[in-house]
Amino acid sequence: MPEDLKKMLIEYIKKEYLDEDSDQEITENTRLISGGIVDSFSMVSLKMFLEKKFQVKIPDEKATPEAFDSVNNILSLLKEFTKL
Amino acid sequence: MSNIGSYEELCKTFDWKMAERELDFGRGGMYNIGYYCSDRLCELGLGQKLALVWEGFNGEVRKYTFEELRSSSNCFANMLEQQGLQVGDRICLFMDRIPELYIAFLGILKMGGIVQPLFSAFGEDALSMRLADAETKAILTTRKHLGKVRRIRSTLPALRSVIVVDAGNRSLERGEVAFSLENARGLEKFEVHKVGPETPSVLHYTSGTTAKPKGALHVHSSIVAQYISTKWVLDVSPDDIYWCTADPGWVTGTSYGIIGPWANGITQVVLDSGFSARHWYAFIEKYRVTVWYSAPTAIRLLMKEGFEPVKHFDLSSLRHLASVGEPLNAEAVIWSEKAFGKPFHDTFWQTETGSIVITNYPWMKIKPGSMGKPFPGIEGTVVHPKTYEPIEKHGVAGLIALRPGWPSMFRTYWNHKETYDAKFKNGWYICGDRASIDSDGYYWFIGRDDDVINTAGHLVGPFEIESALLEHPSVAESAAVGKPDPINMEVVKAFVALKPGFSSSDDLTMEIMNFIRKKLSPLAMPQEIEYVASLPKTRSGKIMRRLLRAKEWGEEIGDTSTLESD
Repeated sequence: MPEDLKKMLIEYIKKEYLDEDSDQEITENTRLISGGIVDSFSMVSLKMFLEKKFQVKIPDEKATPEAFDSVNNILSLLKEFTKL
Repeated sequence: MSNIGSYEELCKTFDWKMAERELDFGRGGMYNIGYYCSDRLCELGLGQKLALVWEGFNGEVRKYTFEELRSSSNCFANMLEQQGLQVGDRICLFMDRIPELYIAFLGILKMGGIVQPLFSAFGEDALSMRLADAETKAILTTRKHLGKVRRIRSTLPALRSVIVVDAGNRSLERGEVAFSLENARGLEKFEVHKVGPETPSVLHYTSGTTAKPKGALHVHSSIVAQYISTKWVLDVSPDDIYWCTADPGWVTGTSYGIIGPWANGITQVVLDSGFSARHWYAFIEKYRVTVWYSAPTAIRLLMKEGFEPVKHFDLSSLRHLASVGEPLNAEAVIWSEKAFGKPFHDTFWQTETGSIVITNYPWMKIKPGSMGKPFPGIEGTVVHPKTYEPIEKHGVAGLIALRPGWPSMFRTYWNHKETYDAKFKNGWYICGDRASIDSDGYYWFIGRDDDVINTAGHLVGPFEIESALLEHPSVAESAAVGKPDPINMEVVKAFVALKPGFSSSDDLTMEIMNFIRKKLSPLAMPQEIEYVASLPKTRSGKIMRRLLRAKEWGEEIGDTSTLESD
């Protein structure tokens, strides 16, 4: 798994979903949905970002809270649709 | 046998004094909700009973007995007094679902303050608007949300204290105070402020169509209705383990996530975690949850995961299930019977009503998709939308109307008395929802009577979204409407006309979506943006949301004679 993709995703999530003053660390295993960083409504904009960035279409049935619950989970999901 | 016994009999004999007597409301001149949810339980010998079992998303567990709830809420009350806060001050709770939220809620009430709970996912504009309107004096928050508070503080001259309940080693600014419940020793004695039954207690903000959100003001006697409806509708008994999945930033999370269960001396469990079907089932199994109060959106998400995950957990402890927030569709009722062997019972009420007003009772034959029947002591009907006269004919749609007078009814909209007065017509409180009543007396929900968007059980005002959209540099005009959604019932869709020099693109869509999410909340974020050259308006220039909404729902457009000509 290219590390730069992981880093890019972490940076995007920090920028978009954490408060600018937040001291919270995000790693590839940080719980995003169950940890309250990204909620089910915000998943829509995150999904849109991923689809645009990776030029893929993620079916709604695959866009589950579990699939978006960490950067590692997201990358596993993307692997199903693109060559990462 | 359920707690309520014979509904028909109660409808004939019930009056609110019966509930007051059961709760011993007013004993020794005491009416304070904080007292009835902690001190009184200890006086009844329940001090060592668990009041709260909290679990964080990472598995951390914290437990509090009613005695600990009493002394810890005393700590909060005392600290707030030491901060110079006074009776009647609006004190905001702005944090995730951590134990401090539940305990501070009682502490604020005990010192005579008015609790203003706000959803922790609110962005700066949503937060600022509500704090400014209430002239809030203090806010209790956590490090996670402190940045938002800091950025708006200069716009809030009334805000005197910012109290951070998990400051740890984070440096605080002037006017900010650290308070740690874990480090504070329980305070044995605190003289609970003697309020009257009509003294304001809780201020919950709710959205309307044409203006900014309004604060529905409740009073301490609301506990009478919350107590008895928890007992009769949610059917709690002393040995129950109760789980209300609502966030106390919204009214369900306070009326039935704090006041109702604790007034009944019930142990409640709280899971501070985002939705996951397996996590939820594991939580029910682990704590042997018996009574579960959730929401249609969550139930539909569980349905989406299917029956397979259910098989991996022992959910046999579940005894009674109920749902609130938006109409519970018949499929969800039928699904829950198959999945859990029990149906979810739909309950209907609003921020303004303070407690359940129309519902399906534990004993009652459920007609899947129906709202049920009015609560004993509450007279309900549907009225004609123009004359406000009751509609006698069964199955004919009208506006849901309730005869005012039950204890948890809101007493006003903060600073908006005229809007409050306008909610009453012909001696009825008009809920703003349309329904019909069948020949058995069951109510059937049809829809809102205004443009307010009900998304995942939360009301979102189009005006607030449209105002925020106009602050984006690319947006010339905008309209926000609800569009159908299989999970959330409705989600926000925005129609946007761009300013010259801007053109639509996926990047711009994402930018606008995230702009609204950060300014207002994820709930208010449009899930879809449609770019249009211009918006349909009346000849007087008012945007016709009705037209846009009808298009989304595939409904008749209706009279367009007042539309402006192109």
